[in-house]
Amino acid sequence: MLIVDGKLCIGCGVCEDSCPFGAIEVVDGCAVVGDACTLCGSCVESCEVEALKIEGGEKSVQADLESWVGVWVYCEFRAGVLAPVSLELLGAGRRLADARGVPLSAVLIGSDTGDTAQRLIGYGADTVYRIDDPSLSYFSDESYGAVLTDLIKRHKPEIVLAGATAIGRSFIPGVANTLGAGLTADCTQLDIRAADGALLQTRPAFGGNIMATIVCLSSRPQMATVRPKVMKELDFDSARQGVIIDVTPDPALLQSRVRVLESVVFEQDNVNIQESDILVAGGRGMDNAKGFELIRELASSMDAAVAASRAVVDAGWIGYPHQVGQTGKTVAPKLYIACGISGAIQHVAGMQSSETIVAINRDENAPIFAVADFGIVGDMYEIIPKLINKIEGQRRS
Amino acid sequence: MKIIVCVKQVPDTKDVRLDPETNTLAREGVQSIMNPYDQHALEEAVRLKEQLGGEVTVLSMGPPQAVEVLRQAISCGADHGVLVSDRSFAGADTWATSYTLAKAIHKIGGFDLILCGKQAIDGDTAQVGPGLAMQLEIPFVTCVQKVREANDHELVMERMMDDGYDVVAVSYPALLTVVKDLNVPRIPSLKGKMKAKKIEFTVLSAADIGADSACIGLAGSPTQVVNVFPPPPRAGRAILNGTIDEQIEQLVEKLAVYL
Ligand SMILES: Cc1cc2nc3c(=O)[nH]c(=O)nc-3n(C[C@H](O)[C@H](O)[C@H](O)COP(=O)(O)OP(=O)(O)OC[C@H]3O[C@@H](n4cnc5c(N)ncnc54)[C@H](O)[C@@H]3O)c2cc1C
Ligand SMILES: Nc1ncnc2c1ncn2[C@@H]1O[C@H](COP(=O)(O)O)[C@@H](O)[C@H]1O
Repeated sequence: MLIVDGKLCIGCGVCEDSCPFGAIEVVDGCAVVGDACTLCGSCVESCEVEALKIEGGEKSVQADLESWVGVWVYCEFRAGVLAPVSLELLGAGRRLADARGVPLSAVLIGSDTGDTAQRLIGYGADTVYRIDDPSLSYFSDESYGAVLTDLIKRHKPEIVLAGATAIGRSFIPGVANTLGAGLTADCTQLDIRAADGALLQTRPAFGGNIMATIVCLSSRPQMATVRPKVMKELDFDSARQGVIIDVTPDPALLQSRVRVLESVVFEQDNVNIQESDILVAGGRGMDNAKGFELIRELASSMDAAVAASRAVVDAGWIGYPHQVGQTGKTVAPKLYIACGISGAIQHVAGMQSSETIVAINRDENAPIFAVADFGIVGDMYEIIPKLINKIEGQRRS
Repeated sequence: MKIIVCVKQVPDTKDVRLDPETNTLAREGVQSIMNPYDQHALEEAVRLKEQLGGEVTVLSMGPPQAVEVLRQAISCGADHGVLVSDRSFAGADTWATSYTLAKAIHKIGGFDLILCGKQAIDGDTAQVGPGLAMQLEIPFVTCVQKVREANDHELVMERMMDDGYDVVAVSYPALLTVVKDLNVPRIPSLKGKMKAKKIEFTVLSAADIGADSACIGLAGSPTQVVNVFPPPPRAGRAILNGTIDEQIEQLVEKLAVYL
C-alpha cells in the first residue's frame, strides 16, 4: 500500500503530476491516494521530501535463485507449421543469453515436427528439447502445459519466453501459475539489467497509453510472452552447431481433460493479422459490405492482409479474427493503412505501435490523423481505386 | 448447475486520455465499468442457467465501490454477488489475483463452472483465468467463441485460435474464458433492476477467505513494476498536399520501401 507521511508531505503536488494513473490528489496541503493507485512507484521517486513509501508484506525470495541458468524459448508448432514468432524469439533469446553468458535452448512440442529442430539451431538455439509425440498433434493447454512445466522444473532455466499468440497466451499463464513464477504479458522490449542480471520486461498497458517495465526479482524462472513482429530473427546459418535432445514424456503428462474434437484451420482470407507486414484496415466509412470489397482489393494489390475496426466486424462484413483494437487484436505491422476509420481510442490502442500509419478519411478532424504518419483527406471511393492503380503501376515497373 | 462469473471493475478506457503536456493518463471523470469481456461471460452464465437450471454467483476482487459491477450483474440475471475486498490485496499481480479469487471460491463453496472474460481491458494480460484454473486444479478453455452444446455433464464449444478454431469438449468442473463473439449481452430487466437495488452483497476480507499474507497483494506478486513511462512519440508526420492525385503520388513514393 502507498503510505503518505503527513508530517513530511509539503503538499507541493509533484507526486500528483508524476502519477501516470491520476491516483494522487493534494487535499488541504497533503497528498491523498485514491483507488486508481497501482503501486507503480513513480511518485515515490518523484518526492523530494521522501514523504511517500510503498509498504507491503515482505516478499519471500526463493532460496535457489542462483541455480536457475539459461534462456529458453517455447517454439510454437501447430498443424505442421512453426509460428514465425518462434524465430523472432530465438533472435531475442540469443541476445539475452549472450548478455548473461548462458546457453539458449528451444522447446519444441508437437507431432511430426520433421526437421524443425535442426532449423531452430540454424536460427540461434544451442539446444533443442524436442517432444514429438502423436498425442501432441492437437494443442491442449493441459498436455502442453504439463510437458513444459515438467521440463522447466527439471532443467531450471532463468528465463522462459513464448509468443503472445492465441496458444502462448492460453497455456503459458497456467505454466507460470503452477511454477509460482512471474509472467509478463505481451512484451515489446526485453533487456538484461547489467547490475543484477534481471530481465527487464517492457509492455504497453492501458491500451498502449502507458509503457511499464516489470521485473521478477524474487522467483525463477522469469517468464514473458512477447508480441509477434517486434523482435528480430537472426539470419539462418546452416553451419551453426547445436544439440537436439529428444524427450519422451511421462504418459501421465499427456493426459488432458479437455478433448479436442476437431481443429479447423482457415485457408484463405484468414491469415493471422498479427503476423502480417502490411495491413489494410477498413472502417464504417466503407458504408457497406460491397464498399468493404475495396479494402480487399487494395490489400491484394500490395500483398497485405485485411483488418477492420469493430464497427465493421459488428456489421458482419468480416470476421472477428480481423478486428484490431482493445477487444480485438493488437498489431504492429510495418505499414498500417486505415481507411474510413475514425480513430476511436479503442481502435488506436490496437495499432498505434505500427511502424508507419497511413489514414484516409473524409473528415479532416478525425482523430486517426493524430496517430498517422501520412494522411489523405477525401472520399474513399475516389481515393482507393486511384491508389490501387498507382500501386500496381509502381509494382510493375 | 452452480456457475461463478469473475467480473472486474475497470476504467472505461474510451475516456482515458493521455495528457499531451504531462504525458500522464488524465482520468478525471473517467467512468468505471464492468470489464466488457466479463459482460459476455455473465450473459453466457445466465443463458446456461436458463437452459439447465441452477444459479449464478458473480465474484469480484476490488475496492468497496466494485459492488457497482456486482449490482449491474444482478440486474442482468445473476443471483448472488460476492466482493473480496481488503486493503492488503492492493498491488496484486495476476498470480496474487488468481490465488485470492481461488481462496474466495473455496469459501463460497461448490461450483460446476467458472466463467471469466478473456482479459481485463486495463491490464490486458489474459492471465487470471488460466491462473485461477490452475489454483483450483480444474481444466480450462480460453477464448471460447461459441458454446455448441451444453448438458448436465459436459460442454462442447469452439475455442478461437489464430488460424481458425478448435472444437473442444470438457466435463465439469471447468473454467472458461470468453471472447465477445460468444453472445450479445442483454440489457438489464426491470425485475433485475429492482432486485439489484435491494440486494445485499457478501463482502469477504483476507481473513475471511483464509488467505496467506505472503500470497496476496504486493508481497504475493512475483512481478513488480519498476518503471512507468509514456510511449515514445511517433516520428514526425508528413502532411501531404496538392490535389488528391498529387497526394496519392506522394504517398506511393513514401511507401515505396514497403511495396
Ligand atoms: C469497451 C469497448 C471496446 C472497444 N473495442 C474496440 C476494438 O477492439 N476495436 C475497434 O476498432 N473498436 C473498438 N471499440 C469501438 C470504438 O470505440 C469505435 O466505435 C469503433 O472503432 C469505430 O469504428 P470506425 O472507425 O470504423 O467507425 P466510425 O467511428 O463510424 O468512423 C467512420 C469514419 O469514416 C469516415 N468516412 C465515412 N465515409 C467516408 C468516405 N466515403 N470516405 C472517407 N472517409 C469516410 C468518417 O469521417 C469517420 O471518421 C470499442 C468500444 C468499447 C466501448
Ligand atoms: N479483480 C478481479 N476480480 C474478479 N475477476 C477478475 C479480477 N481480475 C481479473 N478477473 C477475471 O479474469 C479475467 C482476465 O483478467 P486479466 O488476466 O487481468 O486480463 C477478467 O476478464 C475477469 O473475468
